[in-house]
Amino acid sequence: MGKVSVRFFARYAELAGCSSSAVNVPTPATVADVIARVREVFPGTRDLPPRPLAALNQRQVKLDQLVSDGDEVALLPPLAGG
Amino acid sequence: MMMHLTRHPLEIDALLAEVQSPERGGTCVFLGTVRNDANVTAIDYSAYDDMALAEIQRILSDAETQWPEARVTLQHRLGLIPVGEASIAIAAAAPHRDAAFAACRYVIEEVKKRLPIWKKELHGDGSAEWVGANDHR
Repeated sequence: MGKVSVRFFARYAELAGCSSSAVNVPTPATVADVIARVREVFPGTRDLPPRPLAALNQRQVKLDQLVSDGDEVALLPPLAGG
Repeated sequence: MMMHLTRHPLEIDALLAEVQSPERGGTCVFLGTVRNDANVTAIDYSAYDDMALAEIQRILSDAETQWPEARVTLQHRLGLIPVGEASIAIAAAAPHRDAAFAACRYVIEEVKKRLPIWKKELHGDGSAEWVGANDHR
């Protein structure tokens, strides 16, 4: 098992009901596996799009990226900077 | 040292001071301001601050790799910003105007694509709406 920090922002934080937490996933695991676990633990996040934008350790990544114990996965609503 | 993220009105003079020098004869400033779309009175900006700061450094570094003679910087405002006030300022200076315009344009386009920043529009009737909330990409 690996423990992965998860962070939620903007609308996703409202859906999750919190801005940060952690989930345990059986390793090896991908970002997509972490998101699947998040949907189980935080029922509000079931309304997230099927393939949300995600960042691993502060860099945007594809959902098939592997995660390691201690990593941070952030779920990012559609970006709206500027 | 100027902060790239701030909760106060943007400091254009500080941005200019960071990029201008006697050998750079062209300076370009871009301001993005909150627009009065459909009864919008203000926008509440929030960010994943640590990642946004890292991404800003990467964007500015990419710009200076492409236009080595240019210097470019930016400041993004967070929190509640009323209509008509600036949410982002970018300043680029280079020996000649072409590189200044190009670097400035590059940075705002990359900001739009890459910065983990979100906005909630506040309306005159008291309602509020996340921008992009219906965009299921």
